[in-house]
Amino acid sequence: MQERFYEIADHIVARLKGDEVVILTFDGEESDFVRFNHNAVRQAGSVTQADLGIDLIRGQRHAEARLALTGERQGDRTRADALVAELRARLDFVPEDPHLLYATEVQSTEKIGANELAPADQALGAILAGGEGYDSVGIHAQGPIYRGFANSLGQRNWLSTHTFNLDWCFYLRDDKAVKSDYAGFRWDEAALSEKMKSAGAQLGLLDKEPTTIKPGKYRVYLAPKAVQEVVSILGWGGFGLKDHKAKISSLIRMTEGDGKLHAAITMRENTGEGVSANFDRMGFVKPDQVVLIEKGCFKEHMVSPRSAKEYGVPTNGADTYESPFSFEMDAGEIPTAEALQQLETGLYINNLWYLNYSDRPACRMTGMTRFATFWVEKGELVGPLNVMRFDESIYRMFGSNLIGLTAERVMILANDTYGQREVASYRLPGALINDFELTL
Amino acid sequence: MFEGLKQRFHDVLPASGFCSLRAEHERTEMIRVRQNVLQPIQTSEDEGAMVTRIVGAGLGYAAASDLSTEGLRRGVERAGYWAEATARKSVFDFSRVAMPHPRGEYETPVAKAWDSMSLAEKIAMATRECERLKTDDRIADFEAGIWYARTTTLYLTNAGGEARRVTHRVYPFLRVTASEGTASQTRSLGALGICRQGGLEILDGAGFMTDGPQLTEEALALLKAPNCPSGKMDLLLEADQMHLQIHESIGHPLELDRILGDERNYAGTSFVKPEYFGSFRYGSEHLNIVFDPTDTQAFASYDFDDDGAKAEKLYLIEKGILKRALGSTISQARSGIPGVANSRADTWRRPPIDRMANVNLEPGNASMEELIGAVERGVYMRANNSWSIDDSRNKFQFGCEYGRLIENGKLVGVVKNPNYRGVSQTFWNNLKMVGDASTVQRMGAINCGKGEPNQVMRVGHVTPTALFTEVDVFGGE
Repeated sequence: MQERFYEIADHIVARLKGDEVVILTFDGEESDFVRFNHNAVRQAGSVTQADLGIDLIRGQRHAEARLALTGERQGDRTRADALVAELRARLDFVPEDPHLLYATEVQSTEKIGANELAPADQALGAILAGGEGYDSVGIHAQGPIYRGFANSLGQRNWLSTHTFNLDWCFYLRDDKAVKSDYAGFRWDEAALSEKMKSAGAQLGLLDKEPTTIKPGKYRVYLAPKAVQEVVSILGWGGFGLKDHKAKISSLIRMTEGDGKLHAAITMRENTGEGVSANFDRMGFVKPDQVVLIEKGCFKEHMVSPRSAKEYGVPTNGADTYESPFSFEMDAGEIPTAEALQQLETGLYINNLWYLNYSDRPACRMTGMTRFATFWVEKGELVGPLNVMRFDESIYRMFGSNLIGLTAERVMILANDTYGQREVASYRLPGALINDFELTL
Repeated sequence: MFEGLKQRFHDVLPASGFCSLRAEHERTEMIRVRQNVLQPIQTSEDEGAMVTRIVGAGLGYAAASDLSTEGLRRGVERAGYWAEATARKSVFDFSRVAMPHPRGEYETPVAKAWDSMSLAEKIAMATRECERLKTDDRIADFEAGIWYARTTTLYLTNAGGEARRVTHRVYPFLRVTASEGTASQTRSLGALGICRQGGLEILDGAGFMTDGPQLTEEALALLKAPNCPSGKMDLLLEADQMHLQIHESIGHPLELDRILGDERNYAGTSFVKPEYFGSFRYGSEHLNIVFDPTDTQAFASYDFDDDGAKAEKLYLIEKGILKRALGSTISQARSGIPGVANSRADTWRRPPIDRMANVNLEPGNASMEELIGAVERGVYMRANNSWSIDDSRNKFQFGCEYGRLIENGKLVGVVKNPNYRGVSQTFWNNLKMVGDASTVQRMGAINCGKGEPNQVMRVGHVTPTALFTEVDVFGGE
């Protein structure tokens, strides 16, 4: 794929006219997907795709397009030439873009990951064997993922990574299930077996009469996967400079009011220790770290090149939506092993689901408990809890009502596959919270 | 489009078993003007094909952009590999499914073609509508735009199936945010849900060139408005909220793949059980829900679905009683439950799954005045801005951009941050009145997420305004 991208990049660059500049991006993958239900295969298949992004620039005028590449050299050249010609014609009438900003300092990088994946049918065999005797449902995805950048100034950036991501549930009955994942770079059947045995053992905890509780305020423990759902919502309009300037940020009270989180809350975009590409779509190399919230106070925005130009600040390589891709929270001081004891009486929530803002300026969000959520008394799991809706502000759950974070953090590789397999990660602790508002 | 593809496909057909090719080309354009600055126009040329094979009991897929003979041959081989590798490990003996072999052609009727106006003219139009949104210093952000997609699909099967489809879709949007201090309020055109099939004529009916100034006025009014009150009361929902209420609490729970458990790891399950079909009281007698892919102006219309099944209008819920599932050919074969032609994939990259197309509420007899007049104390809400529902599609919560109190049969003051929550069956059984045809709007969504691997689907909902009783309503902080 790298050769294919650089070859067509050279072809396009060689045909530029006058003072034109071109920026080219590449997103590709060769993926195998197997989804299963009741520990049997529902759909299995392979997807090969290669998507070329073209931004043709003349002065402050530019025009963008995306093109699916077929892999057939001459055909791809012909289609790319036609698209570039269309963009060139467009430059004659589109207005100058005052917010256009692209990297002019050449910083080429290359990161090529090793292929330590098992053949897909072998992985499938291990997954079905491990799920034998269980009502197992989920998806396994694996294969190489590619990201590339090239411009006519001579910069070349490349990331290739071979990853797998198994995401599954063992269901006991109805909506009572243990959700698990096994993701990484090197397939290890012994590690998979351990994960599946552990999930199976947890299933027994659900085999009790479920508890139904009334709406009200409860002490809760959010496991790292549940915390991931909360911070994912924050990534949707919380940290971006544009959203703050447009007054639509969910964290506007932190930058323009007196909103603060608990001093234990430090959040950062940690590209240096994440799995995503360290270059953006305009050619800027990202800093290793951007501290978003430090000790409860807003520190830095995510700043895309467009926002940087619009608001006169430096970019830090954020994408168009100014969302984090390598998100992490600092750890706290509660040993995870003591989380149940410190919870005393309340809810142990492994997973949250379908979060959305219910009052965006107040950063109040609603969502549901899901999968293995337990009612706890005197530090002991009593049994599974029927699903409950919460509606709570970040300033309470990660602010005035936060008791503490766990001392250990969990690395979570994103498993999103909308359009293509995502390359993103989270490193998160669990959170112990008082007076968490359940509404339905 | 797809010249010679049929021959190339037939050149590489396997000797036995079912085999189909779903080739798709899509060109999209997005024109967006934010704060009077034209954002980079997003043009996309996407093309590829999905090969589906049934070999023995197994089902396999392979997708790629390479539509050459060799590319198709690789796809047929890879799909066959997966079918054979999973034949004795599958949820169902797929050889028992009678896959359709459709023949036909479909194209969205268009009154004013997208290309009848130059790109420069369309930019000028979006810029003009954007400029009209900024009438006050408190307007912090504002944008106007138009998205267009022309999708050409060719579906071929090994037994002579050949269905060609060209759809044209237009999605206009306006959005304005007013701000004062740390408070902000946003209004948008149809809650960003006016998505339809057709051409530029859609802009006229959508209010794209008329409604901007009113949206700005409403955003400014919301800044000064009190919060929506809390309590159980009547709730009158405009079509630009109703469409999402239908989508989340009727459409998704009726998807047969959820009922069969396929989506339990991601999108979720359903409170609807297989034995409910034919007898379950889903809602009041005013509730009539149809699956209608034949409305040529609705967003998700077609003649055949992505597995070749003939699309037709069918009742899902009639006078409140559940009749039929949103289940495709394969799901019907697996479950024995009656379904519809709703096997759909978001692009050539993904295999089709059970999806909504147009899931619509049939209009009733009440005018808007009669709906308002029937309320002693309640809230009128419009324009969805928040949605959340549990994984079995039961406990939901929605928020809207704009609310007005209704007292003694009259609309009174504006309220901000209107929200409500409820449980699906209870809520639909509290459906008291349904608006007549004059209240109907064609709405839709461009971003319905579901499936593993994930798919983002375009769905349509044609719905009138509707009135509910005893709803738990509340406001913001």
